[in-house]
Amino acid sequence: MLVMEKNFLQEEIEKLVETFGNSRSALIPILQEIQKKHHYISEFAQQEVARLLDIHPVEVYSVISFYAFLSSEPKGRNIVRLCQTITCDLAGKYSVAKAIERELGIAFGETTKDNRISLEYTNCVGMCDQGPAMLINDKVYTRLSPEKAVEIINEIK
Amino acid sequence: MSDKEGRAPESQKPLVVEKPDDTSKIGGMVSMEINERKVQVPLGTTILEACRQNDIHIPTLCHHDDLCTAGVCRVCVVEVEGMRTLQAACAYPVTNPLKIKTSTPLVRKARKHIIDLLISEHYGECYSCFRNNNCELQSLAKEYGVDHYNFGHVQKPRYEIDKSSFSVVRDLDKCVLCKRCVRTCIDLQEVGVLEAIDRGDKTRIDTFMDKPLADVICINCGQCINRCPTGALRANDPRDEIWAAIDDPNKHVVMQTAPSPRAAIAEEFGIPAGKSMTGEMNTAIRRLGFDKVFDTNFTADLTIMEEGTELIIRLFQALVEKKEGVALPQFTSCSPGWVKYLEHFYPEYIPNLSSAKSPQQMFGALIKTYYAKENNIDPKDVVSVALMPCAAKKFECNRPEMTDSGYKDVDFGLTTRELAQMIKEGGIHLPEMPQTHFDDPFGDASGAGLIFGATGGVMEAAIRTVVELVTGKKAEDLFENANVMPVRGFEGVKYAELPIPVVGPVPEILKALVPNWDWLKGATLKVAVCHGTANAKKVMDDIKAGGKFSECHFIEFMACPGGCLGGGGQPIPTTPEIRKARAKAIYTEDESLPLRKSHENEHVASIYDKFLTDGPCGHISHKLLHTHYTPRGKYID
Repeated sequence: MLVMEKNFLQEEIEKLVETFGNSRSALIPILQEIQKKHHYISEFAQQEVARLLDIHPVEVYSVISFYAFLSSEPKGRNIVRLCQTITCDLAGKYSVAKAIERELGIAFGETTKDNRISLEYTNCVGMCDQGPAMLINDKVYTRLSPEKAVEIINEIK
Repeated sequence: MSDKEGRAPESQKPLVVEKPDDTSKIGGMVSMEINERKVQVPLGTTILEACRQNDIHIPTLCHHDDLCTAGVCRVCVVEVEGMRTLQAACAYPVTNPLKIKTSTPLVRKARKHIIDLLISEHYGECYSCFRNNNCELQSLAKEYGVDHYNFGHVQKPRYEIDKSSFSVVRDLDKCVLCKRCVRTCIDLQEVGVLEAIDRGDKTRIDTFMDKPLADVICINCGQCINRCPTGALRANDPRDEIWAAIDDPNKHVVMQTAPSPRAAIAEEFGIPAGKSMTGEMNTAIRRLGFDKVFDTNFTADLTIMEEGTELIIRLFQALVEKKEGVALPQFTSCSPGWVKYLEHFYPEYIPNLSSAKSPQQMFGALIKTYYAKENNIDPKDVVSVALMPCAAKKFECNRPEMTDSGYKDVDFGLTTRELAQMIKEGGIHLPEMPQTHFDDPFGDASGAGLIFGATGGVMEAAIRTVVELVTGKKAEDLFENANVMPVRGFEGVKYAELPIPVVGPVPEILKALVPNWDWLKGATLKVAVCHGTANAKKVMDDIKAGGKFSECHFIEFMACPGGCLGGGGQPIPTTPEIRKARAKAIYTEDESLPLRKSHENEHVASIYDKFLTDGPCGHISHKLLHTHYTPRGKYID
């Protein structure tokens, strides 16, 4: 990471700590903001957060690794999460998954080269009556067919 | 952050109820019924404590007397009347009258189930594990009669063994996620290397970004090894290399032994803690094939001379010459865990650290120079082994700057556990050995060197010497039996003030440095002692804020709780009671010695006479006995 980038990030995190405070319970909101902006929380960012909250970097990493919506590895601008739980599976998740993989040319767990989309599985999103379902960022899409899923994916910027 | 229970957010805190100061008041005691036996316990006692006080056995795994409550393993479950589910005894404070049962069929089945589940995730064969016969999981399995794998068993290793560190080896396959190491590293030591990473069946105890241990900020204290119930954490074992050196007829293998191992090694042979086996150990070490066995206390005495002189120089510069920027208080540098802690977390205070090497490294430098020359041995054929209670000493002897003799000053750091293993391998039962003394030219050292093993020991040894050198009086005149009680004991941070009412003549050895002691007349020497790096952090933060410790002149820091006797290389288990017993063994041996002050050690005087001819902190001693430190910072690349 360049020194300038580090300085910008440092400043940004300092502002976040000003907003949310420096107690341990401010950790998750701070991490969420960093995740939202950078699509991941870098090693440097984790250590900066740890320094400002007076905790150990490994504790920050522990929290990030626990929550599926926080990531310590770079992710795409958009994250597509297809439900893998049993009702969506019975409703035809497999063919939807294959169609998305073919369309994007990547497998689940990977990110497209242009950083547009990361593809992931998720556990139940509570749409069991309307499966197969997927999440794109915060938005839910239900009753997917392979064609419909590809159409939705192609609309993502 | 240093408050153990204060770290976690309110919602995740274990339920802890403060015990009342006066239990005779109404509500101070609570009546309980344990297995139909009526007992009274102070309010806030946990069920586990109540049972132990009444000699009722409860199995535990994640519980450790040094650490905060976790309640994660559930092995200690008991039946509490009126509760729907079984309760973890270690995490249940008694606040109202309770009826509990510890040995019902439900409890038995639940515990067995829990142990079966723990074992199903635990990979490894007991007979190739260093914790064989001293493993808490193994004994639980025996206690609950595990004769087959009810829930299957891991067939293949899932993780690679992390051998990157000079000191600590991690084998995650043997980990049962009790989080004792996590609590040790964060709460007890304030270093924070390990935490639980990921969740569900992928959970593992790992470092920041899963880096190898050598790449993260670890002070190598090895306290995690002493807390681990299984073989998931162990010290980096040099036994094979040492056996090879012993077998090589061209090698001259010498061993120096630190004060703490001799007070604890008997525990490895089934003897209760608190018995020193110095003489027996010396014989056993020779019988293993070591050519010489020396006493590290000799260089502990030398450390007192060097570090004490350095302190006098610093005080003289600050008080008489009125020099700017003299780094005071001076910090001790004997504990390599503490030294690395300072290099990482407070690198701006490196000038305060005494430049004197630790006794181990001083000895290493002397063996390959002075000893080799005196005995006409080529230093390249000398293999120097250091018996230490410490995991960090393994890192220290591998520091690149520790080659002042022209060779690697100390070749191997060996822990108490590993020596006990070697003695067993050698077919020797230690308690049967006859007693013998240490070898010359270093001989038997003073009791002041011996008490380096306990927290406060370096300070006490320094005080005994400084008081006599400065006032010209006997230490016995000022302290009963020369026992400096204010710096003894297991309090986390100790503070003491020593007035200097009278001064005597300057002794010969220091004449080159100070003209007289008049400038110390009427002064008060302020000292502090702390052990465990969590306590060190408190003291350092106080110094940073300009508090009372910033006015101290000399502060002793030890990385491990209890000092070296509670070190990461000592026999497992180490608990508060065991540390007390080991300290007693050390202090008793000190009182029994004829020589109890470093400056009275004739071997020390003779080495200044023959070899370090320009005296303490002189030119030669600076080259061989002093070192420099590296500011490391707390960022991980």
